[in-house]
Amino acid sequence: MNIPANLKYTKDHEWVSLDGDIATVGITAFAQSELGDIVYVEIETEGETIEAEEVFGSVEAVKTVSDLFMPIAGEIIEFNTELESNPELVNSDPYGKGWMIKVKVEDTSKASELLDAAGYAALIG
Amino acid sequence: MKNTALVNKHIALGAKMVPFAGYNMPVQYEGVNAEHETVRNSVGVFDVSHMGEFVLRGPKALELIQKFASNDVSVIADGKAQYSCMPNGKGGIVDDLIIYRVNSEEFFIVVNASNIEKDWNWISSLNNLGVEMENLSDHYSLLAIQGPKAAEAMQSLTNVNLQNMVYYTFQYGTFAGIENVMISSTGYTGSGGFEIYVKNEDVNQVWDKVFEAGASFGIKPIGLAARDTLRLEMGFCLYGNDIDDTTSPIEAGLGWITKFTKEFTDAELLKKQKENGVSRKLVAFEMIDRGIPRHDYLIKNAGGETIGKVTSGTMSPSMKVGIGLGYVTVDNAALDSEIFIDIRDKGIKAKVVKLPFYKK
Repeated sequence: MNIPANLKYTKDHEWVSLDGDIATVGITAFAQSELGDIVYVEIETEGETIEAEEVFGSVEAVKTVSDLFMPIAGEIIEFNTELESNPELVNSDPYGKGWMIKVKVEDTSKASELLDAAGYAALIG
Repeated sequence: MKNTALVNKHIALGAKMVPFAGYNMPVQYEGVNAEHETVRNSVGVFDVSHMGEFVLRGPKALELIQKFASNDVSVIADGKAQYSCMPNGKGGIVDDLIIYRVNSEEFFIVVNASNIEKDWNWISSLNNLGVEMENLSDHYSLLAIQGPKAAEAMQSLTNVNLQNMVYYTFQYGTFAGIENVMISSTGYTGSGGFEIYVKNEDVNQVWDKVFEAGASFGIKPIGLAARDTLRLEMGFCLYGNDIDDTTSPIEAGLGWITKFTKEFTDAELLKKQKENGVSRKLVAFEMIDRGIPRHDYLIKNAGGETIGKVTSGTMSPSMKVGIGLGYVTVDNAALDSEIFIDIRDKGIKAKVVKLPFYKK
């Protein structure tokens, strides 16, 4: 399973890439593989400030729907609109074109509370 | 949990295995959308060995079936199959099933895996006619070979003329080197094809030969996830979702398999429902606004009042739109009625449509 070493992770299977105070967030290769074919990514929270571990949207596979959780508190400044017409990008390129949101992080020091690649690998076994 | 005789094949193919009706079953191999498309456009194979099979034998076998089945089995000839359901004595449904007439004194019936024991007990309780009953469920495997190319792809394996078989008929023939195999032109996908009943000890050989014969047609293994999207695009009911012990066949739109030409369990009650009407009906709906309906989501009217519940829902892989089945109050059940599916606390617009969702 692909778990890039340069990213941070949550126990809810989101990944975070921090650049200054801007975090890019998506779901992991493990998460997309567990969900199966993704058919809809619903994120209607652009412009909102959301606490860590609160729901910021949902991802729907053919068979299931899952909530998406904020890995770190901040304002959602952008949604990957490409996913509206091509939600399958989350399957084919979860760490790249399948990114979901960009967040202006309130307190970047909180990133240290996230899992590193080894911690996430241990979590998913 | 039980395994089918093909469990090692599924694991070797990289299937994701899940518990279903007490069996360890392949839910998907390469992915539900690709598998769905394979069945719609060419040919795919499902291991549905979890399904239950009973044989009823004796001079009064037909009489027993007439008692428990809603459909009139006296109208079918040897070699024909019929879809039916078993009312439960309280207006609900014990199970839906397929009844095969082997001859006037022998019938083969196929029931849902989750209901094998319940069905056996129910039929036994009505069997005061001395009909011999045999439960073959643990001895038989079932392969559903489905798709528009199924007949052509499988013809080299059998002496039965597959192209000429009429829907809902069956024949016994040699198949993949095994003699006396029951080949049935039935299925749960709406894309045509066959269901092949073979003994557990023969099924691995049959599976291998099916894949060899189908290789040039692009044959693929298909999991339960695609089985569900395929059946839902046709509007076929799934027991436990769309029908159960609390839904009547009349409410479920199964009036066409409820025949008052004979006596059967709940006939009087169901006849009254048909004449006087029911308060809710199972409808098919398609999303107008974006959203995917799911089992147990509430259905509301334009005023926000709850009028029913979704029983099955998915994103249709063929049509790329949310589709579903659900019970609504009769005044909302007419074609083109606008209804609202409660998705994450928002009413998303849908409309009542005619089945099937998927038209070739």
